[in-house]
Amino acid sequence: MLAESLFFSAVLFTIGVVGVLTRRNAIIIFMCVELMLNAVNLTFVALSKLYGATGQVFVVFVMTVAAAEAAVGLAIIISIFRHRQSVNLEDINLLKG
Amino acid sequence: MTNEFNSLFYGFHFYLFGIIAVVSAIVFVTRKSPVAAALWLVNVLFCLAALYVLLDAQFIGAIQVLVYAGAIMVVFLFVVMLLNLGDATVVDIRGNAGRIAAGFVGALLLAEVSVLARARFPGQIELPASSGAEVVQGPGGIIAPIAEPLFREYLLAFELTSMLLLTAIVGAVVLGRKRG
Repeated sequence: MLAESLFFSAVLFTIGVVGVLTRRNAIIIFMCVELMLNAVNLTFVALSKLYGATGQVFVVFVMTVAAAEAAVGLAIIISIFRHRQSVNLEDINLLKG
Repeated sequence: MTNEFNSLFYGFHFYLFGIIAVVSAIVFVTRKSPVAAALWLVNVLFCLAALYVLLDAQFIGAIQVLVYAGAIMVVFLFVVMLLNLGDATVVDIRGNAGRIAAGFVGALLLAEVSVLARARFPGQIELPASSGAEVVQGPGGIIAPIAEPLFREYLLAFELTSMLLLTAIVGAVVLGRKRG
């Protein structure tokens, strides 16, 4: 089942990348990033069946980083929404020349 | 173990949850409403938890349900509710050029990763001393093989994780506070 796990993981990661590239809603882009992190977690767990439980330790770390990233990122989104009344990335282009 | 591993029952459920996860992910990236997208993503996360259990990582499966589906997605839904973005009527998917670029990048990435996935894996790599290859058969149940490397080899990383969480808490409070 290792090859199947890696296949599902690759497909989920690609869907996440395509989501980040095609969507403009900042919250949905964040959720796509979470999907990519989960795809990598699936790879870690699948390979931990072959190489020992260390991969599962890394999954715990990835989940912690994902939780921290979600908290800070959503706080930034709320902060931007207060200024711009929008989470559409087309409206948030102040740094664009 | 090998007998059970190769059984039809196991394979059927593995493919079932994998295909449900992929289909839910496709539906997730195509929804207009952030609430619908978040609920489809929760479906993906539950299917991944089932895959973790099928891959003998029961603890990770439980953590997946508790932390991801239970905590992180609730934060997402809470922010959607707070900003009142639930009824998105305008499609936020980019135009044709963006879609073609994304499709091209996606196909390229998928081809690359599938080539990598078919590569041969080395049978032996250098493992830390306490990582048990038999995850389930250890004397400490299914938790000990995860806990031992976590609190021995990766103790520094574990402590740094606590610093990261503290920084994230402070940062979220500072950023989310209403100024003035």
